[in-house]
Amino acid sequence: MEEWYEMKRRVVIALKFRIFKNIIKQGFQSMWRNRGMGLASVTSISAVLMILGVVLILILSINNAVLDTKLKFDEIEVFLEDDLSSEVLDSIEDSVKGYPGVISIMFRSKEQALQIMKEDWADEGYLLEGLEENPLPDSYIIKVNDIVLADKLVNNVKALDGIEEVKYYKDVIDKLLIFAGYIQFAGIAIIGILVFVSIFIISNTIKVAVSARRREINIMKYVGATNGYIRGPFIMEGLLFGVIGAIIAIVVVYFGYDYFFNSMNEKLYAIFTFYLVDPKIIFADIAIIFGTIGAGIGALGSMISLKRFLNV
Amino acid sequence: MTNIAKEYRNGVIALYDINIDIHKGEFVFLVGSSGAGKSTLIKLILKEEGITRGKLILDDMDITRVPNRRIPYIRRKVGVVFQDFRLLPNKTVYENVAFAMEIIGARPREIRRRVPTILSMVSLSKKASSFPDQLSGGEQQRVSIARSIVNNPPVLIADEPTGNLDPDTAAEIMRVLMDINNRGTTIIMATHAKEIVNTMKKRVIALENGRMVRDEEKGGYSIEIPNL
Repeated sequence: MEEWYEMKRRVVIALKFRIFKNIIKQGFQSMWRNRGMGLASVTSISAVLMILGVVLILILSINNAVLDTKLKFDEIEVFLEDDLSSEVLDSIEDSVKGYPGVISIMFRSKEQALQIMKEDWADEGYLLEGLEENPLPDSYIIKVNDIVLADKLVNNVKALDGIEEVKYYKDVIDKLLIFAGYIQFAGIAIIGILVFVSIFIISNTIKVAVSARRREINIMKYVGATNGYIRGPFIMEGLLFGVIGAIIAIVVVYFGYDYFFNSMNEKLYAIFTFYLVDPKIIFADIAIIFGTIGAGIGALGSMISLKRFLNV
Repeated sequence: MTNIAKEYRNGVIALYDINIDIHKGEFVFLVGSSGAGKSTLIKLILKEEGITRGKLILDDMDITRVPNRRIPYIRRKVGVVFQDFRLLPNKTVYENVAFAMEIIGARPREIRRRVPTILSMVSLSKKASSFPDQLSGGEQQRVSIARSIVNNPPVLIADEPTGNLDPDTAAEIMRVLMDINNRGTTIIMATHAKEIVNTMKKRVIALENGRMVRDEEKGGYSIEIPNL
């Protein structure tokens, strides 16, 4: 008896497998035979993904710039009163180390500060030679892991003994963070709208394809095809169109951006002082995102437009 | 079928208390003018329309009410041939017939064996790789018949299968149908073709305005008025 059940189970699995194989085969076959209509779907999916790619690269580059700038401005300079005893210096150092978010604290003597200034001034450095006395104070350079914590830290440091002044680039950083926030919000909004629009476009394109084959669906129902069997090839077809569209978009966006990157990156750095995202780094991400979105909207588009036609 | 009645949602009553008992292997003509209810009756058997009242039994199975997802499985028990052939235009003759087997998950080996057999039964072996629009009406109808019987359904429904064909071609289609009937398949054929009904001398069920007006063994298309 058990053997009989086992056998029955195997037969059912074999049957399901054959049906599944048929669905895939027909998906490919009907894709080929409806290639005119398919071209429209593929083109619209590609176009949408390409726009998406441009927006995505823009956002990533700006994010890159923000991160870059954040790193450059994550220092807090604490200027000290003159001639502090080593006990006071130690106590300042200890207190600062105890605050959250502090990565390192480094003492910079007035001589070092002057040296750095000379280097910064480079060719004009000789002007500093004429100074009789070093006007610069001793200082501490504090590095923090998140510039957002800086405000609180600065207030704490100001309260310590022996501090003359605390300097950090609060304004620059505030503005940058607000700007970055806007860009990210706008980017997400644009991507959201694009995905919505593309699902709409694809479902319409496939709706035309499906309604052109209304008869076919009708016949399939009369021959006793289940809804799943009818839906399968269409979804498969939509999925394939999506993937093909995605591959085209990936190739165009990657090589297009690679070309742009190679010819423009240095020039842009000269103007905006930040680098674009390296195409090689984002290639895998773009491929995954495009593939998923392409296949997703292809399949979803088919499903949406098929729903109406299945009630015979 | 017992006391079948059908009332459309818009209040039109298409069939009144029809009682028909069709036996296995019978050949039945369904006659009546347009709008008499022939098509409605066929739609009920195909589960294309729901039944308002009564009971419908097919192949020892009560199919009066079945859930939607069971309908495809019932349709597999009923082969169907239409006046307008309804072939898949982008599939070849062979694929059209094989398609009906593929959807039920038949083994490829079985499909490769069975489809040519069926095609030779309807004398279309040579046209296997043609597309439907390269065929004549009679040939298309034979493809459609081949498709409808490839899965060995116990019942074959033909809705005016000769409606679009000239008399000679129609006769040829009838020979194919007779052949199938002789192999044990029950055939229900709705038709307007007087000559065919009269020459075949099979059971005739006549509908008129949704009522069954006649059920006659070896009948003619209409009640013969004796020659005056």
